[in-house]
Amino acid sequence: MEVIRHDIVIVGGGGAGIRAAIAAVEASPDASVAMVSKVYPMRSHTVSAEGGAAAVARSDDSLEMHGYDTVKGSDFLGDQDVIQYFVEQAPKELTLLEHWGCPWSRNEDGTVATRAFGGMSTKRTWYAADKVGFHMLHSLFQHSLRFDRIVRYDEQFVTKLLVDGGAVRGVASLDVREGVVRAILGRAVILATGGAGKIFPFTTNGNIKTGDGMALAYRAGVPLKDMEFVQYHPTGLPGTGILITEATRGEGGHLKNAEGERFLVTRDYGVGTKAELGPRDMISRAIVQEIEAGRGVKGPYGEYVHLDLTHLGEAAIDKKLPMVRELAKIYAGVDPVYEPIPIRPVVHYMMGGVDTDIDGATSLPGLYAAGEVACVSLNGANRLGSNSLTECLVFGARAGREAVRYAAGTDAGGEAASRQQAEEESARLASARDARSGSEKLSQLRRELNRTMESGCGVYREQASMDETVRTLAQLKQRMSEVRLEDSSTVFNTEITAALELDNMLEVAEALAVSAAHRRESRGAHTRRDAPTRDDHNYLYHTLCYYDAAGPRLGRKDVTLGKWVPEERKY
Amino acid sequence: MAENRKTFVVTRFDPDRDEAPRKQSYEVPVQPDWKVLDGLNYIKDELDGSLSHRWSCRMAVCGSCGMMVNGKPSLTCKDPLSNYGDKVDVAPLANFPVVRDLVIDLDGFMEKLQKVKPWIIVAKEKAVEEGTYRQSPEELEYFRQFSMCINCMLCYSACPVVGNEPEFLGPAAIALGHRYNMDSRDEGQHERNEVFRGEGTVFACSYANECSEVCPKHVDPAAAVNQSKINAVIDWATSFVVPRGGK
Repeated sequence: MEVIRHDIVIVGGGGAGIRAAIAAVEASPDASVAMVSKVYPMRSHTVSAEGGAAAVARSDDSLEMHGYDTVKGSDFLGDQDVIQYFVEQAPKELTLLEHWGCPWSRNEDGTVATRAFGGMSTKRTWYAADKVGFHMLHSLFQHSLRFDRIVRYDEQFVTKLLVDGGAVRGVASLDVREGVVRAILGRAVILATGGAGKIFPFTTNGNIKTGDGMALAYRAGVPLKDMEFVQYHPTGLPGTGILITEATRGEGGHLKNAEGERFLVTRDYGVGTKAELGPRDMISRAIVQEIEAGRGVKGPYGEYVHLDLTHLGEAAIDKKLPMVRELAKIYAGVDPVYEPIPIRPVVHYMMGGVDTDIDGATSLPGLYAAGEVACVSLNGANRLGSNSLTECLVFGARAGREAVRYAAGTDAGGEAASRQQAEEESARLASARDARSGSEKLSQLRRELNRTMESGCGVYREQASMDETVRTLAQLKQRMSEVRLEDSSTVFNTEITAALELDNMLEVAEALAVSAAHRRESRGAHTRRDAPTRDDHNYLYHTLCYYDAAGPRLGRKDVTLGKWVPEERKY
Repeated sequence: MAENRKTFVVTRFDPDRDEAPRKQSYEVPVQPDWKVLDGLNYIKDELDGSLSHRWSCRMAVCGSCGMMVNGKPSLTCKDPLSNYGDKVDVAPLANFPVVRDLVIDLDGFMEKLQKVKPWIIVAKEKAVEEGTYRQSPEELEYFRQFSMCINCMLCYSACPVVGNEPEFLGPAAIALGHRYNMDSRDEGQHERNEVFRGEGTVFACSYANECSEVCPKHVDPAAAVNQSKINAVIDWATSFVVPRGGK
């Protein structure tokens, strides 16, 4: 068993992970940082974000307004101290990224341009055309290459947190290329593995978004928080689920039903004069209601509505939304300059995740989390578009600095326990690789997982179907132990990694469904037909979900309120 | 039935047991809107769990799924199966060592990328309190195209020089170095031009232009390479007239 030592071990190499790594080397004159990712960093899913990153930049805007918009968007489940810190740090982080080369789009006078986004009361979303995640990720990654103390472990799949003496001591990591497990030890570990959209059948998420970091922390006893809140993005391409950015609406695009009617203007869906620039939860519900009322357009992948950009003109589309035009042409066969784009709501983002405090610290000493994997409680019950890229930077940086501080005050710990745990992991994976006798098919289990998540935890939910999903997930977990694997090779075995991913997805899905089934109210993205209103008296708290061999166990955590008192959420 | 079934002929290689790459055929029922990647995923999920290939975003931006399809470099999540006849031959990208099946070894590129110093170099770092740099839309346009590279490696696979001279920095790395040289915020041109003139020099490029033709993001790395050659020469010549650091 090879044992490697660093000061900080970061799991994940996307926006939050790289930002944490840079913050860590800058916060310490000599700390060595391992960045362990199951893909090359530039493949991380941050790359797929399109529309922008929010931070106050204009004279007609204020931190107060960004804060209030975020609190209201969260349906008052966001922690107000976290939101306050976030809006203060946001302009600094986006400015830093500008210094590091991010090609932000510009105004004529050379200042950074901003655009309108859903639920934001003014133009505060910084953008680089409609490839913001791509440019952010590559700017961060390329900037990180200048630091020798950031040591990359590319295409290494972390399968377990190594815990000894009540603190995290490192990770067991499968080198996908070589098929060996190593112990990568650190005084602190930061999880930055992103979301878990692939537990659903129809998602904007890339194939790698399987909730790995959530499952790692959960199995180590750290609770997952607010998992019931799943964001459906209103505009995904039918069939593939490919994201069509909210910036289309920020730049003036309209949503229309089969009758050509701008239903967000003509009917009352609670978004008021914001119309297409309402928050995502409300617009997704409006689209589902339009389809249920028979005003959807029929297509080979079910019914959809139209996103109409034709009135924006070719020049504006090519300048500000070039990727949307490319995606619509290649993946939907329509040119948005001339025709509307077919769209329907699609699973996009997990508001919930590993429970952390404002420092990114979890309940396990030494373990931190940042970005979509974490739930620092910035987003509450509904995230505003363009807050999450900024979240990766603000809380990635803070977790990086805090991990350095923690590491400086802790000893490296002995090696024996960690080595033994990693050896057990190695043996477990070796026997899984040779498990050719099982009767269950991996792709079939994944399909059944996807199906039950959609039927129980979709845009609209009710008790019976959520309970049914909880039962189905417990059965699927049983059946997972009977999965048959055909690939016994040690070299780049993507069947064993797919099995590990499915294991993680089942764990996260169960926590999600159990959390959802318990919350008998409608708040933000958690919308119940059998409990259609918000119930602050009984449910103004964060849901915690703990791993237990007998099944998930629930707890609760107070919401940090502040100057903004919960009120009816109407726009 | 014939029109909605295709035969995928896939290059397989597992260093654990194969001496050399071999071909394996799969019959795949395809949908009219499928890309090449959808066919491979069908094989992986339904026919043969031991096939190894990389993919993630399936929207042509993460750059994972480059392969040779019928002998040409292709970003398989973007490449419609309707482009091909009944037989689709899929192989790993040319000009790279193969790890397994359709998975290539990227480490060489990762080293070359670092070599061109793809980050903003300034004599004095700007404090965050000073705010952002001013950069006009025209200045942005000057380098924007070269910042679009998704590192998919199709250009290395198409480049005749990369095939013959493994040390050659190659189209994507040069384009990214050039991208920073062209950025109004950057002051690192001398350092990068030295790299461009050194080992793996930009001058190895033979103007074949294949890189720009296969680029799925229209980056035009050939233009970057040729502009870099000129700049590297000018920079070298000026170094005799103006002492280094004299700017």
